[in-house]
Amino acid sequence: MGCSTVGVVVLVTGVARHLGARFVAEVRRRPGVDLVVGVDVQPPRLPVEEPAGPAAPYRFHQLDLRRPALSRVLAEHRVDTVVHLSVSATGLGSTNRSAVKESNVIGTMQLLGACQKAPGVSRLVVKSTTGVYGSAPRDPAVFSERIQPKDPPGGGFAKDASEVEGYVRGFARRRPDVAVTVLRFANIVGPDADTPLSEYFALPVLPTVLGYDPRLQFVHEDDAVAVLCRASGEPEPGTVNTGTFNVAGEGVLLLSQCARRLGRPTLPLLLPAVSWMAVLARQTRLVDVSPEQLRLLTHGRVVDTTRLRETFGYRPAFTTPEAFADFAAARGPGLLPPERLAAVTDRLAALLGPEGSAAVPNRPRRPRS
Amino acid sequence: MSAAAENAPGRAKVIPIESAPSWTSPEGAGLADRLAGAVGGALSGPLGPAATRLFGKGWEGRAAEGLAFLRRRVTGDYEVDEFGFDRELTEEVLLSLLRPLAEKYFRIDVQGVENIPAEGGALIVANHSGTIPLDALMTQVVIHDHHPNRRHLRMLAADLVFVLPGINELARKAGHTLACNEDAQALLERGEVVGVWPEGFKGIGKPFSERYKLQRFGRGGFVSSALRARVPIVPCSIVGAEETYPMIGNVRTLARLLGLPYVPITPTFPWLGPVGMLPLPTKWTIRFGEPIATDTYPAEAAEDPMLVFDLADEVRETIQHSLYQLLVQRRSVFF
Repeated sequence: MGCSTVGVVVLVTGVARHLGARFVAEVRRRPGVDLVVGVDVQPPRLPVEEPAGPAAPYRFHQLDLRRPALSRVLAEHRVDTVVHLSVSATGLGSTNRSAVKESNVIGTMQLLGACQKAPGVSRLVVKSTTGVYGSAPRDPAVFSERIQPKDPPGGGFAKDASEVEGYVRGFARRRPDVAVTVLRFANIVGPDADTPLSEYFALPVLPTVLGYDPRLQFVHEDDAVAVLCRASGEPEPGTVNTGTFNVAGEGVLLLSQCARRLGRPTLPLLLPAVSWMAVLARQTRLVDVSPEQLRLLTHGRVVDTTRLRETFGYRPAFTTPEAFADFAAARGPGLLPPERLAAVTDRLAALLGPEGSAAVPNRPRRPRS
Repeated sequence: MSAAAENAPGRAKVIPIESAPSWTSPEGAGLADRLAGAVGGALSGPLGPAATRLFGKGWEGRAAEGLAFLRRRVTGDYEVDEFGFDRELTEEVLLSLLRPLAEKYFRIDVQGVENIPAEGGALIVANHSGTIPLDALMTQVVIHDHHPNRRHLRMLAADLVFVLPGINELARKAGHTLACNEDAQALLERGEVVGVWPEGFKGIGKPFSERYKLQRFGRGGFVSSALRARVPIVPCSIVGAEETYPMIGNVRTLARLLGLPYVPITPTFPWLGPVGMLPLPTKWTIRFGEPIATDTYPAEAAEDPMLVFDLADEVRETIQHSLYQLLVQRRSVFF
């Protein structure tokens, strides 16, 4: 595509959020980028920081994706790459579910409509979620991109995301000249990522579902930004960056493991009791645990990232445990800090004398490369 | 360890632990210190010889290993694979709990464990019986204990297992996963030993009168998985499990109400209540037969239904034949 020689104009939606803001800062530093246009319904909460060193200029447009004003922006800046990050589980202003759904689905439809009319657009990157696979006991343990879930998500954000993916597939059929990438992210964590699951992990005591220990996967926000950057540029030789890719750190953590690493005690309750608590917490605006999150925290979900590593050519820098460790380090210590529990067992081992202490491997807690 | 003991000067000495810098709460530290002092004093003083006599020589080492295990568990410092298999928990706890049942209770005689490859994927196909999948769990124990490479059997279980709370958690941690093509193939391609009981509920829930008669082998999906992954199929015959819970009746209405495949009636259950849930102490034999190679078939063989059915039949015949052989050789059900 010839645009890369002239310089690329990137339009990013959802820049008021943390991930959007980080992606904008990163993509502005990329060589060959002429201009970055940010779009969101609200101005960013934090002022846009000017990156050190050479960076492409940045324009922000406050507009609602549900209105057709976007066509004008696309034409005005001659946008050729659209990065759609505003499909999100929570609304920016309102937490009203129907408003969030409308902004996700109708917003995407409007955006795709505008892109279809804009001949200059040559690349589209859409942020989706691994939630499109749902969480069910009767599904395969590891989802690859090709697997159709037996129990597709019945509502909530995951359903929005699968509807959005459907519209994106339609768009890709109608505009075969546009390189389309759909990135299905696992739960994004990081020192200051504001994802719904981090709210849950901030609770002093974690209610869990009795008799279930779900497998969870995380992706670090640094990796999320890196994957988005890679998808929004020309593919490197030998790799393909169009299509659908699962994005998750390698490895798996069980919920019980997460709680122990965070140092937070768990409170196993029967499923109906947990559902009831979740409803209560939502109504009192205490914590927003949606039904689909509850399903995730019951049955878990793991995706296969072979395609990301081999076809897309990106190996996440953080594994799932490392990403979670980074997230945990940014939180305050819980009621049962692992260091303290370890110290108790170490002291007991030390009491056993040198024989005992020799048998205790003093492993580092957070292997970081 | 003995070398370390000789080099070290003192015994009950508190060693500063680097990895525990945040010993923040003074109250907690005081309590732990006092506790440590008391226990340490007692062990180095009067209780030391008593403990040695009670737990045998080298109890300190074992206690230290136990503490190290506890330390990893309470801090979450262990790994599980994508399927939720918790190797450490399985080896240290789950298999240890099942081992007495395999060794002392059923006194399992294991034959042909060398037919399971030393490394790389393999698909173990076995007959199913006994109302409760004890046969599958016992197979997992004997493969781990008798195989020179201490391999772990990754079982493909019915979806009912993953719907039940508690059971699904344990099953995942023990390395089992849902019986579906995707999971079977993923595990085989990773070079795991995968176990499948293709008779399913038809086999495990069959009446006692039909014991050791192999039921239909489903759709033969396990053969396609083995063909795709190009791993050998190891037929496995289990004798003795049929008589653990002789099923003489089935409460169909209750089963339908509870959403279970069957609710068994045995000579002891439900009449004797919880005692009736004890399996009968039968003598078991588990024999692993000659592996059936699948890498001689072309790549597209997995899509050929005739070949898949033929292979499934071959495996089934082999298991049935070996079952009859073992039954003829068996002296009695219990000895």
